[in-house]
Amino acid sequence: MPNALLTFEGVHTHIGPYHILHGVDFAVPEGEVTMLLGRNGAGKTTALRSLMGLWKPNQGRITFAGRDISKLPTPEIARLGIAYVPETMGIFAALTVRENLLLATGPAGFQQDRLDTVLALFPVLGQKFAQAAGGLSGGQKQMLAISRAIIEERRLLVVDEPTKGLAPAVILHLIEAFQKLKAARTTILLVEQNFEMARALGDTVAVMEDGRIVHRGDMAALAADTGLQERLLGLSLAAHQ
Amino acid sequence: MNRLAPYLLLPAVMLAVMPFMSHSSWLALTVAGLAMGMMLFLMASGLTLVFGLMDVLNFAHGGFITLGAYLAVSVLGPLTGWVSSESWALNLLALLAAVLAAAIASGVAGLAFEAILIRRVYGSHLQQILITVGGLIVAGELIVALWGPQPLPLAKPAILRGSFLLFGATIETYRMAAVAVGLVVYAGMHALLNRTRIGLVVRAGVENREMVEALGYRVRRLFVGVFVAGSALAGIGGAMWAEYQELITPSIGGEMTILVFIVVIIGGLGSVSGCFTGAMLVGLAANYVGFLAPKLALGSNIALMVAILLWRPRGLFPVGGK
Repeated sequence: MPNALLTFEGVHTHIGPYHILHGVDFAVPEGEVTMLLGRNGAGKTTALRSLMGLWKPNQGRITFAGRDISKLPTPEIARLGIAYVPETMGIFAALTVRENLLLATGPAGFQQDRLDTVLALFPVLGQKFAQAAGGLSGGQKQMLAISRAIIEERRLLVVDEPTKGLAPAVILHLIEAFQKLKAARTTILLVEQNFEMARALGDTVAVMEDGRIVHRGDMAALAADTGLQERLLGLSLAAHQ
Repeated sequence: MNRLAPYLLLPAVMLAVMPFMSHSSWLALTVAGLAMGMMLFLMASGLTLVFGLMDVLNFAHGGFITLGAYLAVSVLGPLTGWVSSESWALNLLALLAAVLAAAIASGVAGLAFEAILIRRVYGSHLQQILITVGGLIVAGELIVALWGPQPLPLAKPAILRGSFLLFGATIETYRMAAVAVGLVVYAGMHALLNRTRIGLVVRAGVENREMVEALGYRVRRLFVGVFVAGSALAGIGGAMWAEYQELITPSIGGEMTILVFIVVIIGGLGSVSGCFTGAMLVGLAANYVGFLAPKLALGSNIALMVAILLWRPRGLFPVGGK
Protein backbone atom coordinates (compact mmCIF):
# COMPACT_ATOMS: atom_id res chain seq x y z
CA MET A 1 0.00 0.00 0.00
CA PRO A 2 1.74 3.20 -1.15
CA ASN A 3 0.36 5.55 1.51
CA ALA A 4 0.72 3.11 4.43
CA LEU A 5 1.97 4.72 7.63
CA LEU A 6 2.03 1.42 9.52
CA THR A 7 2.42 -2.10 8.21
CA PHE A 8 2.38 -5.55 9.78
CA GLU A 9 4.22 -8.14 7.67
CA GLY A 10 4.03 -11.78 8.75
CA VAL A 11 4.01 -10.92 12.45
CA HIS A 12 4.09 -13.86 14.86
CA THR A 13 3.84 -13.24 18.61
CA HIS A 14 4.09 -15.76 21.44
CA ILE A 15 3.00 -15.06 24.99
CA GLY A 16 4.80 -17.59 27.13
CA PRO A 17 4.03 -20.99 25.61
CA TYR A 18 1.07 -19.68 23.58
CA HIS A 19 1.38 -18.80 19.91
CA ILE A 20 -1.11 -15.93 19.56
CA LEU A 21 -0.36 -14.16 16.27
CA HIS A 22 0.20 -16.40 13.24
CA GLY A 23 1.66 -14.17 10.55
CA VAL A 24 -0.46 -11.03 10.75
CA ASP A 25 -0.39 -8.84 7.61
CA PHE A 26 -2.21 -5.54 7.27
CA ALA A 27 -1.54 -1.86 6.66
CA VAL A 28 -2.82 1.40 8.10
CA PRO A 29 -3.05 4.16 5.46
CA GLU A 30 -1.98 7.65 6.52
CA GLY A 31 -4.81 10.06 7.28
CA GLU A 32 -7.44 7.32 7.48
CA VAL A 33 -9.23 5.35 10.18
CA THR A 34 -8.46 1.64 10.07
CA MET A 35 -10.72 -0.67 12.04
CA LEU A 36 -9.29 -3.91 13.41
CA LEU A 37 -12.22 -6.18 14.06
CA GLY A 38 -12.68 -9.74 15.24
CA ARG A 39 -14.27 -11.89 17.86
CA ASN A 40 -12.96 -12.09 21.43
CA GLY A 41 -9.64 -13.87 21.54
CA ALA A 42 -8.90 -13.28 17.85
CA GLY A 43 -5.60 -11.54 18.70
CA LYS A 44 -6.52 -7.86 18.23
CA THR A 45 -5.12 -6.67 21.56
CA THR A 46 -2.01 -8.80 21.05
CA ALA A 47 -1.48 -7.12 17.67
CA LEU A 48 -1.64 -3.66 19.29
CA ARG A 49 0.62 -4.66 22.16
CA SER A 50 3.09 -6.13 19.67
CA LEU A 51 3.00 -2.84 17.78
CA MET A 52 3.83 -0.93 20.98
CA GLY A 53 6.64 -3.35 21.91
CA LEU A 54 4.83 -4.43 25.06
CA TRP A 55 4.96 -8.00 23.74
CA LYS A 56 7.82 -8.52 21.33
CA PRO A 57 7.02 -10.16 18.00
CA ASN A 58 9.01 -13.36 17.53
CA GLN A 59 8.95 -13.17 13.75
CA GLY A 60 7.93 -10.73 11.02
CA ARG A 61 8.21 -6.96 10.69
CA ILE A 62 6.22 -4.01 11.93
CA THR A 63 7.18 -0.85 10.07
CA PHE A 64 6.18 2.69 10.92
CA ALA A 65 6.86 5.45 8.43
CA GLY A 66 9.18 3.06 6.62
CA ARG A 67 11.20 2.15 9.71
CA ASP A 68 11.27 -1.33 11.24
CA ILE A 69 10.11 -0.89 14.84
CA SER A 70 9.64 -4.56 15.76
CA LYS A 71 12.75 -4.67 17.94
CA LEU A 72 12.53 -1.19 19.47
CA PRO A 73 11.75 -0.74 23.17
CA THR A 74 8.31 0.68 24.00
CA PRO A 75 9.45 4.24 24.90
CA GLU A 76 11.29 4.57 21.58
CA ILE A 77 8.19 3.43 19.68
CA ALA A 78 6.03 5.96 21.52
CA ARG A 79 8.56 8.71 20.79
CA LEU A 80 8.15 8.13 17.07
CA GLY A 81 4.71 9.70 17.44
CA ILE A 82 2.48 6.76 18.28
CA ALA A 83 -0.13 7.33 20.99
CA TYR A 84 -1.63 4.22 22.59
CA VAL A 85 -4.87 3.88 24.51
CA PRO A 86 -4.98 0.36 25.97
CA GLU A 87 -8.12 -1.63 26.62
CA THR A 88 -7.67 -0.95 30.34
CA MET A 89 -7.34 2.78 29.54
CA GLY A 90 -4.12 3.06 31.58
CA ILE A 91 -5.37 5.94 33.67
CA PHE A 92 -3.24 6.87 36.68
CA ALA A 93 -5.90 6.87 39.37
CA ALA A 94 -3.84 8.65 42.03
CA LEU A 95 -2.93 11.51 39.68
CA THR A 96 -5.25 14.37 38.83
CA VAL A 97 -6.85 14.77 35.41
CA ARG A 98 -4.38 17.58 34.75
CA GLU A 99 -1.40 15.44 35.73
CA ASN A 100 -2.60 12.55 33.55
CA LEU A 101 -2.68 14.91 30.58
CA LEU A 102 0.57 16.63 31.50
CA LEU A 103 2.41 13.30 31.43
CA ALA A 104 1.72 13.01 27.72
CA THR A 105 3.00 16.49 26.84
CA GLY A 106 6.51 17.46 25.81
CA PRO A 107 9.06 19.10 28.13
CA ALA A 108 7.43 22.51 27.63
CA GLY A 109 4.15 21.28 29.11
CA PHE A 110 0.71 22.12 27.75
CA GLN A 111 0.28 23.91 24.43
CA GLN A 112 -2.74 26.06 25.13
CA ASP A 113 -4.36 25.51 21.73
CA ARG A 114 -4.10 21.70 22.04
CA LEU A 115 -5.43 21.82 25.59
CA ASP A 116 -8.35 24.01 24.47
CA THR A 117 -9.10 21.58 21.63
CA VAL A 118 -9.10 18.58 23.98
CA LEU A 119 -11.26 20.29 26.58
CA ALA A 120 -13.67 21.40 23.87
CA LEU A 121 -13.92 17.78 22.76
CA PHE A 122 -14.56 16.56 26.32
CA PRO A 123 -15.74 19.54 28.43
CA VAL A 124 -16.33 17.37 31.50
CA LEU A 125 -12.57 16.95 31.87
CA GLY A 126 -12.20 20.70 32.27
CA GLN A 127 -14.66 20.63 35.13
CA LYS A 128 -12.71 17.85 36.83
CA PHE A 129 -9.25 19.11 35.90
CA ALA A 130 -7.89 19.18 39.46
CA GLN A 131 -9.63 16.01 40.67
CA ALA A 132 -8.02 12.61 41.06
CA ALA A 133 -8.64 10.53 37.93
CA GLY A 134 -9.57 7.54 40.08
CA GLY A 135 -12.82 9.31 40.93
CA LEU A 136 -13.98 9.61 37.31
CA SER A 137 -16.73 7.43 35.84
CA GLY A 138 -15.82 4.75 33.28
CA GLY A 139 -16.82 6.97 30.38
CA GLN A 140 -14.90 9.94 31.75
CA LYS A 141 -11.80 7.77 32.20
CA GLN A 142 -12.06 6.72 28.55
CA MET A 143 -12.37 10.39 27.55
CA LEU A 144 -9.28 11.15 29.61
CA ALA A 145 -7.37 8.26 28.03
CA ILE A 146 -8.23 9.51 24.53
CA SER A 147 -7.46 13.11 25.50
CA ARG A 148 -4.07 12.04 26.78
CA ALA A 149 -3.38 10.40 23.44
CA ILE A 150 -4.17 13.57 21.48
CA ILE A 151 -2.91 16.29 23.86
CA GLU A 152 0.24 16.42 21.69
CA GLU A 153 0.31 16.06 17.94
CA ARG A 154 0.95 12.38 17.10
CA ARG A 155 1.33 10.62 13.76
CA LEU A 156 -0.74 7.61 14.76
CA LEU A 157 -3.45 7.06 17.35
CA VAL A 158 -3.87 3.44 18.47
CA VAL A 159 -7.00 2.74 20.49
CA ASP A 160 -8.11 -0.60 21.93
CA GLU A 161 -11.87 -1.07 22.42
CA PRO A 162 -12.77 2.42 23.64
CA THR A 163 -16.49 1.67 24.00
CA LYS A 164 -16.14 -1.48 26.08
CA GLY A 165 -18.51 -1.41 29.03
CA LEU A 166 -19.71 2.15 28.39
CA ALA A 167 -23.28 3.47 28.36
CA PRO A 168 -24.85 4.15 24.92
CA ALA A 169 -24.89 7.94 25.50
CA VAL A 170 -21.16 7.92 26.25
CA ILE A 171 -20.50 5.79 23.17
CA LEU A 172 -22.31 8.35 21.00
CA HIS A 173 -20.15 11.07 22.54
CA LEU A 174 -17.01 9.09 21.76
CA ILE A 175 -18.14 8.48 18.18
CA GLU A 176 -18.61 12.23 17.74
CA ALA A 177 -15.15 12.85 19.18
CA PHE A 178 -13.54 10.32 16.85
CA GLN A 179 -15.42 11.79 13.90
CA LYS A 180 -13.87 15.17 14.68
CA LEU A 181 -10.42 13.55 14.84
CA LYS A 182 -11.12 11.80 11.55
CA ALA A 183 -12.18 15.09 9.97
CA ALA A 184 -8.80 16.49 11.03
CA ARG A 185 -7.14 13.65 9.02
CA THR A 186 -5.74 11.94 12.13
CA THR A 187 -4.42 8.46 11.35
CA ILE A 188 -6.19 6.04 13.67
CA LEU A 189 -5.96 2.30 14.25
CA LEU A 190 -9.03 1.34 16.21
CA VAL A 191 -9.87 -2.04 17.70
CA GLU A 192 -13.58 -2.22 18.30
CA GLN A 193 -16.34 -4.75 18.98
CA ASN A 194 -19.11 -2.20 18.48
CA PHE A 195 -19.91 -2.56 14.81
CA GLU A 196 -22.01 0.61 14.74
CA MET A 197 -18.94 2.58 15.77
CA ALA A 198 -16.78 0.74 13.27
CA ARG A 199 -19.23 1.55 10.48
CA ALA A 200 -19.44 5.20 11.51
CA LEU A 201 -15.69 5.74 11.65
CA GLY A 202 -13.82 3.21 9.56
CA ASP A 203 -12.30 3.91 6.15
CA THR A 204 -10.56 0.56 5.88
CA VAL A 205 -10.96 -2.61 7.88
CA ALA A 206 -8.98 -5.70 8.78
CA VAL A 207 -10.70 -8.64 10.42
CA MET A 208 -8.82 -11.11 12.61
CA GLU A 209 -9.58 -14.68 13.48
CA ASP A 210 -7.39 -17.08 15.44
CA GLY A 211 -4.38 -14.79 15.21
CA ARG A 212 -4.62 -14.21 11.46
CA ILE A 213 -6.04 -11.53 9.20
CA VAL A 214 -8.94 -13.16 7.36
CA HIS A 215 -10.31 -10.10 5.59
CA ARG A 216 -8.99 -6.71 4.44
CA GLY A 217 -10.82 -4.03 2.53
CA ASP A 218 -13.04 -0.97 2.66
CA MET A 219 -15.20 -0.55 5.72
CA ALA A 220 -18.10 0.57 3.59
CA ALA A 221 -18.01 -2.70 1.64
CA LEU A 222 -18.08 -4.77 4.82
CA ALA A 223 -20.87 -2.62 6.26
CA ALA A 224 -22.92 -3.23 3.13
CA ASP A 225 -22.42 -7.00 3.10
CA THR A 226 -24.38 -8.59 5.94
CA GLY A 227 -23.44 -12.08 4.80
CA LEU A 228 -19.76 -11.26 5.09
CA GLN A 229 -20.33 -9.69 8.50
CA GLU A 230 -22.07 -12.81 9.71
CA ARG A 231 -19.34 -15.05 8.34
CA LEU A 232 -16.45 -12.97 9.71
CA LEU A 233 -17.86 -11.54 12.89
CA GLY A 234 -20.89 -13.61 13.69
CA LEU A 235 -23.19 -10.61 13.52
CA SER A 236 -25.36 -8.70 11.15
CA LEU A 237 -25.51 -4.95 10.99
CA ALA A 238 -29.28 -5.00 11.23
CA ALA A 239 -29.06 -6.55 14.67
CA HIS A 240 -27.02 -3.60 15.83
CA GLN A 241 -29.15 -0.84 14.41
CA MET B 1 -14.32 8.99 56.41
CA ASN B 2 -12.63 5.74 55.40
CA ARG B 3 -10.25 7.69 53.14
CA LEU B 4 -9.41 10.14 55.91
CA ALA B 5 -8.82 7.44 58.54
CA PRO B 6 -5.13 6.81 57.71
CA TYR B 7 -4.41 10.53 58.09
CA LEU B 8 -6.13 10.59 61.48
CA LEU B 9 -4.34 7.50 62.77
CA LEU B 10 -1.16 9.29 63.84
CA PRO B 11 -2.81 11.99 66.00
CA ALA B 12 -5.27 9.37 67.29
CA VAL B 13 -2.42 7.16 68.52
CA MET B 14 -0.70 10.13 70.17
CA LEU B 15 -3.89 11.18 71.95
CA ALA B 16 -4.87 7.64 72.91
CA VAL B 17 -1.82 7.07 75.11
CA MET B 18 -2.03 10.44 76.89
CA PRO B 19 -4.20 9.26 79.80
CA PHE B 20 -1.68 6.52 80.68
CA MET B 21 1.30 8.76 81.45
CA SER B 22 2.26 12.17 82.74
CA HIS B 23 2.22 15.15 80.45
CA SER B 24 6.03 15.49 80.47
CA SER B 25 6.59 11.78 79.81
CA TRP B 26 4.13 11.90 76.92
CA LEU B 27 5.90 14.88 75.36
CA ALA B 28 9.37 13.34 75.77
CA LEU B 29 8.25 9.97 74.36
CA THR B 30 6.40 11.60 71.49
CA VAL B 31 9.46 13.59 70.44
CA ALA B 32 11.62 10.46 70.81
CA GLY B 33 9.14 8.46 68.73
CA LEU B 34 8.93 11.09 66.02
CA ALA B 35 12.75 11.37 65.91
CA MET B 36 13.08 7.61 65.52
CA GLY B 37 10.32 7.71 62.93
CA MET B 38 12.10 10.40 60.92
CA MET B 39 15.29 8.35 60.80
CA LEU B 40 13.28 5.27 59.79
CA PHE B 41 11.59 7.32 57.09
CA LEU B 42 14.98 8.31 55.67
CA MET B 43 16.02 4.66 55.58
CA ALA B 44 12.72 3.34 54.18
CA SER B 45 11.60 5.95 51.64
CA GLY B 46 13.95 4.75 48.90
CA LEU B 47 12.97 1.14 49.44
CA THR B 48 9.27 1.84 48.99
CA LEU B 49 9.87 3.70 45.71
CA VAL B 50 12.17 0.96 44.43
CA PHE B 51 9.48 -1.60 45.07
CA GLY B 52 6.70 0.58 43.75
CA LEU B 53 8.48 1.49 40.52
CA MET B 54 10.05 -1.82 39.50
CA ASP B 55 8.57 -4.45 41.84
CA VAL B 56 12.06 -5.07 43.21
CA LEU B 57 12.34 -6.53 46.71
CA ASN B 58 15.71 -5.36 47.98
CA PHE B 59 16.71 -7.06 51.22
CA ALA B 60 20.21 -5.64 50.82
CA HIS B 61 18.87 -2.18 51.65
CA GLY B 62 20.26 -2.63 55.17
CA GLY B 63 23.75 -2.78 53.65
CA PHE B 64 23.44 0.87 52.57
CA ILE B 65 22.31 1.79 56.10
CA THR B 66 25.38 0.05 57.53
CA LEU B 67 27.67 1.70 54.99
CA GLY B 68 26.27 5.13 55.87
CA ALA B 69 26.82 4.48 59.57
CA TYR B 70 30.43 3.40 59.09
CA LEU B 71 31.19 6.27 56.73
CA ALA B 72 29.97 8.63 59.46
CA VAL B 73 32.46 7.03 61.87
CA SER B 74 35.29 7.32 59.36
CA VAL B 75 34.56 10.96 58.55
CA LEU B 76 33.91 12.13 62.09
CA GLY B 77 36.96 10.31 63.49
CA PRO B 78 39.53 12.69 61.95
CA LEU B 79 37.20 15.63 62.65
CA THR B 80 37.15 15.13 66.42
CA GLY B 81 38.32 18.71 66.88
CA TRP B 82 35.34 20.04 64.95
CA VAL B 83 32.93 17.63 66.64
CA SER B 84 33.93 18.66 70.17
CA SER B 85 34.46 22.33 69.32
CA GLU B 86 32.37 25.02 71.01
CA SER B 87 31.70 26.48 67.57
CA TRP B 88 28.28 25.40 66.29
CA ALA B 89 29.45 26.15 62.75
CA LEU B 90 32.29 23.60 63.00
CA ASN B 91 29.90 21.11 64.65
CA LEU B 92 27.44 21.41 61.81
CA LEU B 93 30.17 21.28 59.18
CA ALA B 94 31.43 18.00 60.67
CA LEU B 95 27.92 16.58 60.70
CA LEU B 96 27.28 17.76 57.16
CA ALA B 97 30.54 16.16 55.99
CA ALA B 98 29.58 12.85 57.60
CA VAL B 99 26.08 12.88 56.14
CA LEU B 100 27.32 13.88 52.67
CA ALA B 101 30.00 11.17 52.69
CA ALA B 102 27.40 8.61 53.78
CA ALA B 103 25.00 9.71 51.03
CA ILE B 104 27.63 9.69 48.28
CA ALA B 105 29.19 6.35 49.28
CA SER B 106 25.81 4.66 49.66
CA GLY B 107 24.57 6.17 46.41
CA VAL B 108 27.64 4.93 44.50
CA ALA B 109 27.31 1.50 46.14
CA GLY B 110 23.64 1.50 45.12
CA LEU B 111 24.56 2.33 41.52
CA ALA B 112 27.02 -0.58 41.38
CA PHE B 113 24.62 -2.95 43.14
CA GLU B 114 21.84 -2.14 40.67
CA ALA B 115 24.11 -2.56 37.66
CA ILE B 116 25.79 -5.76 38.81
CA LEU B 117 22.99 -7.66 40.55
CA ILE B 118 19.51 -6.11 40.55
CA ARG B 119 19.35 -5.61 36.77
CA ARG B 120 19.65 -9.35 36.25
CA VAL B 121 16.69 -10.31 38.42
CA TYR B 122 13.89 -7.98 37.28
CA GLY B 123 10.54 -9.72 37.36
CA SER B 124 11.51 -12.59 39.67
CA HIS B 125 10.81 -12.03 43.35
CA LEU B 126 12.40 -15.33 44.40
CA GLN B 127 15.66 -14.48 42.65
CA GLN B 128 15.52 -10.95 44.06
CA ILE B 129 15.16 -12.25 47.62
CA LEU B 130 18.00 -14.74 47.20
CA ILE B 131 20.38 -12.35 45.51
CA THR B 132 19.70 -9.36 47.76
CA VAL B 133 19.90 -11.41 50.97
CA GLY B 134 23.21 -12.71 49.62
CA GLY B 135 24.22 -9.11 48.86
CA LEU B 136 23.43 -8.11 52.44
CA ILE B 137 25.63 -10.91 53.78
CA VAL B 138 28.51 -9.97 51.46
CA ALA B 139 28.14 -6.29 52.39
CA GLY B 140 28.27 -7.19 56.08
CA GLU B 141 31.46 -9.20 55.57
CA LEU B 142 33.04 -6.36 53.59
CA ILE B 143 32.20 -3.95 56.41
CA VAL B 144 33.88 -6.32 58.90
CA ALA B 145 36.91 -6.64 56.61
CA LEU B 146 37.26 -2.87 56.26
CA TRP B 147 36.32 -1.62 59.73
CA GLY B 148 36.69 -4.73 61.91
CA PRO B 149 34.10 -6.69 63.90
CA GLN B 150 34.35 -4.68 67.11
CA PRO B 151 31.73 -2.02 67.97
CA LEU B 152 32.90 1.49 67.13
CA PRO B 153 32.06 4.54 69.23
CA LEU B 154 30.79 7.70 67.63
CA ALA B 155 30.53 11.08 69.34
CA LYS B 156 27.70 13.49 68.64
CA PRO B 157 28.67 17.04 67.72
CA ALA B 158 28.82 19.16 70.89
CA ILE B 159 25.89 21.32 69.86
CA LEU B 160 23.61 18.27 69.59
CA ARG B 161 24.56 16.69 72.90
CA GLY B 162 22.52 17.00 76.05
CA SER B 163 18.93 18.02 76.44
CA PHE B 164 16.63 20.93 77.17
CA LEU B 165 13.35 21.45 78.96
CA LEU B 166 10.19 21.91 76.92
CA PHE B 167 6.89 22.36 78.80
CA GLY B 168 8.41 20.45 81.72
CA ALA B 169 9.65 17.56 79.59
CA THR B 170 13.30 16.72 79.03
CA ILE B 171 13.95 16.62 75.30
CA GLU B 172 17.21 15.36 73.81
CA THR B 173 18.66 17.97 71.46
CA TYR B 174 19.70 15.36 68.90
CA ARG B 175 16.15 14.03 68.69
CA MET B 176 14.81 17.47 67.83
CA ALA B 177 17.54 17.80 65.20
CA ALA B 178 16.56 14.41 63.75
CA VAL B 179 12.92 15.55 63.59
CA ALA B 180 14.00 18.73 61.79
CA VAL B 181 16.21 16.88 59.28
CA GLY B 182 13.49 14.30 58.64
CA LEU B 183 10.89 17.00 58.03
CA VAL B 184 13.20 18.84 55.64
CA VAL B 185 13.89 15.64 53.67
CA TYR B 186 10.19 14.76 53.62
CA ALA B 187 9.28 18.24 52.44
CA GLY B 188 11.98 18.01 49.76
CA MET B 189 10.78 14.62 48.59
CA HIS B 190 7.19 15.79 48.63
CA ALA B 191 8.08 18.83 46.53
CA LEU B 192 10.17 16.73 44.13
CA LEU B 193 7.42 14.16 43.68
CA ASN B 194 4.55 16.62 43.44
CA ARG B 195 6.02 19.68 41.75
CA THR B 196 8.41 18.34 39.13
CA ARG B 197 8.06 16.34 35.91
CA ILE B 198 10.43 13.66 37.22
CA GLY B 199 8.30 13.32 40.35
CA LEU B 200 5.17 13.05 38.22
CA VAL B 201 6.73 10.28 36.15
CA VAL B 202 7.88 8.45 39.29
CA ARG B 203 4.38 8.62 40.81
CA ALA B 204 2.83 7.44 37.58
CA GLY B 205 5.45 4.70 37.20
CA VAL B 206 4.73 3.38 40.67
CA GLU B 207 1.08 3.03 39.65
CA ASN B 208 1.46 1.64 36.11
CA ARG B 209 4.97 1.27 34.75
CA GLU B 210 3.90 -0.15 31.42
CA MET B 211 1.67 2.81 30.60
CA VAL B 212 4.42 5.26 31.48
CA GLU B 213 6.69 3.49 29.01
CA ALA B 214 3.93 3.62 26.39
CA LEU B 215 3.93 7.40 26.90
CA GLY B 216 7.58 7.49 25.88
CA TYR B 217 9.41 7.55 29.21
CA ARG B 218 12.41 5.29 29.80
CA VAL B 219 11.40 3.86 33.19
CA ARG B 220 14.50 1.64 33.50
CA ARG B 221 16.72 4.75 33.44
CA LEU B 222 14.47 6.47 35.96
CA PHE B 223 14.58 3.42 38.18
CA VAL B 224 18.38 3.57 38.35
CA GLY B 225 18.09 7.17 39.55
CA VAL B 226 15.51 6.23 42.16
CA PHE B 227 17.61 3.27 43.30
CA VAL B 228 20.68 5.47 43.72
CA ALA B 229 18.68 8.18 45.53
CA GLY B 230 17.05 5.54 47.78
CA SER B 231 20.46 4.07 48.61
CA ALA B 232 21.83 7.54 49.38
CA LEU B 233 18.88 8.27 51.67
CA ALA B 234 19.45 4.94 53.44
CA GLY B 235 23.06 6.00 53.93
CA ILE B 236 21.96 9.33 55.44
CA GLY B 237 19.52 7.48 57.70
CA GLY B 238 22.29 5.09 58.72
CA ALA B 239 24.65 7.97 59.53
CA MET B 240 21.99 9.71 61.62
CA TRP B 241 21.02 6.49 63.39
CA ALA B 242 24.70 5.84 64.16
CA GLU B 243 25.03 9.33 65.65
CA TYR B 244 21.93 8.66 67.70
CA GLN B 245 23.17 5.27 68.98
CA GLU B 246 26.76 6.53 69.51
CA LEU B 247 28.00 2.95 69.10
CA ILE B 248 27.79 0.96 65.91
CA THR B 249 28.22 -2.67 64.97
CA PRO B 250 28.28 -4.40 61.56
CA SER B 251 24.75 -5.64 62.21
CA ILE B 252 23.25 -2.13 62.50
CA GLY B 253 21.75 -2.23 58.99
CA GLY B 254 20.45 -5.78 59.28
CA GLU B 255 18.72 -4.90 62.55
CA MET B 256 17.07 -1.87 60.99
CA THR B 257 16.02 -3.81 57.88
CA ILE B 258 13.19 -5.52 59.78
CA LEU B 259 11.81 -2.18 60.98
CA VAL B 260 12.26 -0.66 57.54
CA PHE B 261 10.22 -3.43 55.90
CA ILE B 262 7.52 -3.07 58.56
CA VAL B 263 7.37 0.66 57.76
CA VAL B 264 7.10 0.03 54.01
CA ILE B 265 4.39 -2.62 54.44
CA ILE B 266 2.36 -0.56 56.91
CA GLY B 267 2.49 2.48 54.64
CA GLY B 268 1.49 0.65 51.46
CA LEU B 269 4.12 -0.53 48.97
CA GLY B 270 5.24 2.36 46.78
CA SER B 271 3.67 5.18 48.81
CA VAL B 272 5.99 7.89 50.16
CA SER B 273 3.24 9.44 52.31
CA GLY B 274 2.43 5.97 53.59
CA CYS B 275 6.09 5.38 54.32
CA PHE B 276 6.22 8.62 56.31
CA THR B 277 3.11 7.77 58.34
CA GLY B 278 4.28 4.18 58.84
CA ALA B 279 7.69 5.33 60.07
CA MET B 280 6.12 7.72 62.57
CA LEU B 281 3.75 4.99 63.82
CA VAL B 282 6.60 2.50 64.26
CA GLY B 283 8.73 5.09 66.07
CA LEU B 284 5.90 6.13 68.37
CA ALA B 285 4.79 2.55 69.07
CA ALA B 286 8.34 1.52 70.00
CA ASN B 287 8.64 4.40 72.48
CA TYR B 288 5.13 4.30 73.96
CA VAL B 289 5.09 0.50 74.40
CA GLY B 290 8.66 0.55 75.69
CA PHE B 291 7.50 2.92 78.44
CA LEU B 292 4.09 1.44 79.24
CA ALA B 293 4.82 -2.28 78.86
CA PRO B 294 8.57 -2.85 78.38
CA LYS B 295 8.17 -6.62 78.10
CA LEU B 296 5.99 -6.15 75.03
CA ALA B 297 8.31 -3.66 73.34
CA LEU B 298 10.05 -6.27 71.21
CA GLY B 299 6.88 -7.41 69.52
CA SER B 300 5.08 -4.07 69.41
CA ASN B 301 5.98 -3.26 65.82
CA ILE B 302 5.01 -6.69 64.51
CA ALA B 303 1.70 -6.36 66.40
CA LEU B 304 1.22 -2.91 64.90
CA MET B 305 1.82 -4.26 61.39
CA VAL B 306 -0.58 -7.16 61.91
CA ALA B 307 -3.28 -4.83 63.26
CA ILE B 308 -2.94 -2.44 60.34
CA LEU B 309 -2.93 -5.20 57.75
CA LEU B 310 -6.06 -6.70 59.31
CA TRP B 311 -7.70 -3.27 58.97
CA ARG B 312 -6.25 -2.34 55.56
CA PRO B 313 -4.66 -5.39 53.88
CA ARG B 314 -2.74 -3.28 51.31
CA GLY B 315 -1.39 -0.84 53.89
CA LEU B 316 -2.48 2.65 54.90
CA PHE B 317 -1.98 4.31 51.51
CA PRO B 318 -2.20 1.62 48.83
CA VAL B 319 -0.83 2.52 45.40
CA GLY B 320 -2.32 1.13 42.17
CA GLY B 321 -2.75 -2.61 42.30
CA LYS B 322 0.08 -3.15 44.78
